[in-house]
Amino acid sequence: MAAAPDTADPNKTRRWIDWIDDRFPLTKLWKSQVSEYYAPKNFNFWYYFGSLALFVLVNQLVTGIFLTMHYKPSAAEAFSSIEYIMRDVDGGWLIRYLHSTGASAFFIVVYLHMFRALLYGSHRKPRELLWIFGCLIFLLLMAEAFMGYVLPWGNMSFWGAQVIVSLFGSLPVIGGGLVEWIRGDYVIADATLNRFFALHVAALPLALVFLVIAHLMALHEVGSNNPDGIDIKKHKDASGHYLDGIPFHPYYTVKDLVGVAGFLLIFCAVIFFAPTFGGLFLEGPNFEPANPLQTPPHIAPVWYFTPFYAMLRAVPSFAGTQVWGVLVMGAAIVVLFFVPWLDRSPVLSIRYRGPLYKIALAIFSVSFIILGVCGLKPPAGIYPQLAKICTALYFAFFLLMPWYTKIDRVKPVPERVTGHA
Amino acid sequence: MRKRLILIAVTLFGTGLSVGVASAQEGEGSLPHAGADINNTESLQRGARNFMNYCSGCHSLKFVRYNRVAKDLEIPEAELHANLMFTSEKPFDTVNSSMPADAEAWFGKQPPDLSLMARARSVDYIYGFLKGFYVDKARPWGVNNLILPGTSMPAVVSSLQGLQKPVFKNEPDEHGSANMVLVGTEPMTAGAQKPEEYDQFARDIANFLDYAGEPIKTKRESMGIFVILFLLVFFAFAYMLKKEYWKDVH
Repeated sequence: MAAAPDTADPNKTRRWIDWIDDRFPLTKLWKSQVSEYYAPKNFNFWYYFGSLALFVLVNQLVTGIFLTMHYKPSAAEAFSSIEYIMRDVDGGWLIRYLHSTGASAFFIVVYLHMFRALLYGSHRKPRELLWIFGCLIFLLLMAEAFMGYVLPWGNMSFWGAQVIVSLFGSLPVIGGGLVEWIRGDYVIADATLNRFFALHVAALPLALVFLVIAHLMALHEVGSNNPDGIDIKKHKDASGHYLDGIPFHPYYTVKDLVGVAGFLLIFCAVIFFAPTFGGLFLEGPNFEPANPLQTPPHIAPVWYFTPFYAMLRAVPSFAGTQVWGVLVMGAAIVVLFFVPWLDRSPVLSIRYRGPLYKIALAIFSVSFIILGVCGLKPPAGIYPQLAKICTALYFAFFLLMPWYTKIDRVKPVPERVTGHA
Repeated sequence: MRKRLILIAVTLFGTGLSVGVASAQEGEGSLPHAGADINNTESLQRGARNFMNYCSGCHSLKFVRYNRVAKDLEIPEAELHANLMFTSEKPFDTVNSSMPADAEAWFGKQPPDLSLMARARSVDYIYGFLKGFYVDKARPWGVNNLILPGTSMPAVVSSLQGLQKPVFKNEPDEHGSANMVLVGTEPMTAGAQKPEEYDQFARDIANFLDYAGEPIKTKRESMGIFVILFLLVFFAFAYMLKKEYWKDVH
């Protein structure tokens, strides 16, 4: 045991944490951000996906670092180096499946996290900037996932890159030069793979991490929303603590641990029993090396891009250019940034909104999933027509929002949060 | 409300994913079912032997090492040297083929490496392909294939399977004109093996190539059970910990 504190000398540091706190606000940060950050006590199931997104991000960063130790970013060696990881590197197969399944898991939790915001109005004042940071994270995540998908240099990697990069070519005037600049060559080639590697492992993860920090800082500045969509800061007890708030630690750290355990159960079931997920997480044609002379029978992006891919294909060429589809696809993302201002409802949460918003959100969600299915299918039969209708519904949800949220019937909002999970 | 929302979300996601998986696997409906079992070591051993004897002359497994096959398939090293290693020298070598670089001039196409064929296509695809040769005088080698029409591969398995002839059915088109559709094959000449024996031969090779596509597969699945069991226990403890901490939240 240590000796009793030396009370004779007040300047003598007694605990190692004091030594740090005198020089860096460690305890202060811990208190303000975690142990004395008050979160509403009524978070439900939907509130797991924020911490899970962070968990998956860490998984991607850590497994990614280990993959980088064995992967070769060259057109000649990339495909073989992945098989080397899968077969000859100890535990390499597990690291690779954690990373490849993690990519799909990332989009699942992020889509559910975004849906949560639409359910409870989490994007509304004062959380507009928080939402915008989130949209930027989503945008970067798409770029990150796309470039990561090219790295194994399988045939779907190659042709996927070919299709997506050439989209930029449809832009007027700058198109051709822009595509060449992105590829670093006249075709998708070694130079493209090499720069996508640089962006995938350095530039984009750095930007993602910074944005995630900004996202969390904005969250902790304004405080979390909750399933009732009401402000918990109005009611304080004698000591100044929110009556409907509880410290993030230990309450939500232990609760999110349950979420992580539940997530890992599903995540590991996929990794150990269905890592390709029936061709949805890892596609069959990507087990054939990139071949510029042989197109896969049907080029489709990975499932998480298919809703946007379906929109791209749904728009016909007009005035001799395909650029409209590209613009529509871009607009599908851009419109997300404006949601906080498009929503004119006096209440935040779906619990107190009227039937119009509920119906609109339901139609929107179903359309988004149908778009995802359309994007996976070859553009034949019923699918092109279905994709057109659902693209229209997707945009209608956002563009008509100012009207239907304004005229919607709303219920009275309680003063205090209702119950907790 | 909450339960209903969760239910809706899970249903929507489930539907989306299952439709996705179904569409990703589309086109495999017409393939015969191989019925291969990757946990059947004897079948894998026979498949390895068949592969080395009938396939490796032309097809490499450039990511598969002999000593890994021997270890995973429980083949003693002496057996390995005597019965499996025809095209390479050292046990840690990968399985190369004897094809010269100009094989393209012979077949119109370099015989593909088969390390990942089971993953790129499927076990059923390989099984169907091995059974799918039929006589077609229009092709350079006099044979075509049900599963891969216009294949460049000669029917090297005909000594075992015998020759098959195509079976056509008349399915008139919308104008009522005759339209012959290839629906299958039937035996023409007998081979060295009975049909059941040949099915087993093809099944063993398909099974071995499934193993070759992902050597860790059986170990992965057996490990997975322990991982899931551990996580169930972890989940239970995490849940109880949460309940304990949350007792004082009202």
